[in-house]
Amino acid sequence: MSYKTQAALWLLQRASAAVLGVCVVVHLFTIIYAVRGGLTSAEILERTRGSVGWFAFYSLFVLAVTIHVPIGLRSICTEWLHWRGRSRDFALLLFAAFVAWAGMHAVLAVYI
Amino acid sequence: MRQHASYWAFVVHRVSGIALALFLPLHFWTLAGALEGSLAWTEAPLVKLGEWLIVVALAAHLGGGLRVLALEFLPWRDWQKSLAAAAGALAVGVGLAFALAL
Repeated sequence: MSYKTQAALWLLQRASAAVLGVCVVVHLFTIIYAVRGGLTSAEILERTRGSVGWFAFYSLFVLAVTIHVPIGLRSICTEWLHWRGRSRDFALLLFAAFVAWAGMHAVLAVYI
Repeated sequence: MRQHASYWAFVVHRVSGIALALFLPLHFWTLAGALEGSLAWTEAPLVKLGEWLIVVALAAHLGGGLRVLALEFLPWRDWQKSLAAAAGALAVGVGLAFALAL
């Protein structure tokens, strides 16, 4: 892997972390607010259904997670599992695609 | 080295990251499907414990990530030595707030 690609991955990881920093703070406040008095589907859907603001927020959240998680797992595969090369990167690309698909599937499920 | 706060900050950041990566597919699957049904199963004590652990992992990973960003992008100051403690305090604070709300 070239230094250029390594630098790009490092930058992408930090940029996505900065976005996630904001998203996670909002998410934690929402979680603590939402679980008071028990978690119900109706309460969640009342907040998210038809809300363009929440849809945009969670879409950005999923995009940042899709970038951030595979790059983080890449370091762990390399350092802790000694898994390198194309097979690792291909597996992580598949994982990224799955996260993006499942994430947007979930976002749409609470929006529509 | 293993006595050092920075080492533990690294371990907590990494282990919480792995936990969150493993939880993510489950979270999306639950959101996409289970919202049509009841969420009464989330009242089970073991589920609540799991929820609590994952929320603390999220807060710990956030704290650890902010620590890394502050170390890498801000000019060095003495207070940056205390960032590992600040990250821990954030995780404990969020854990307590979530436990009180449960």
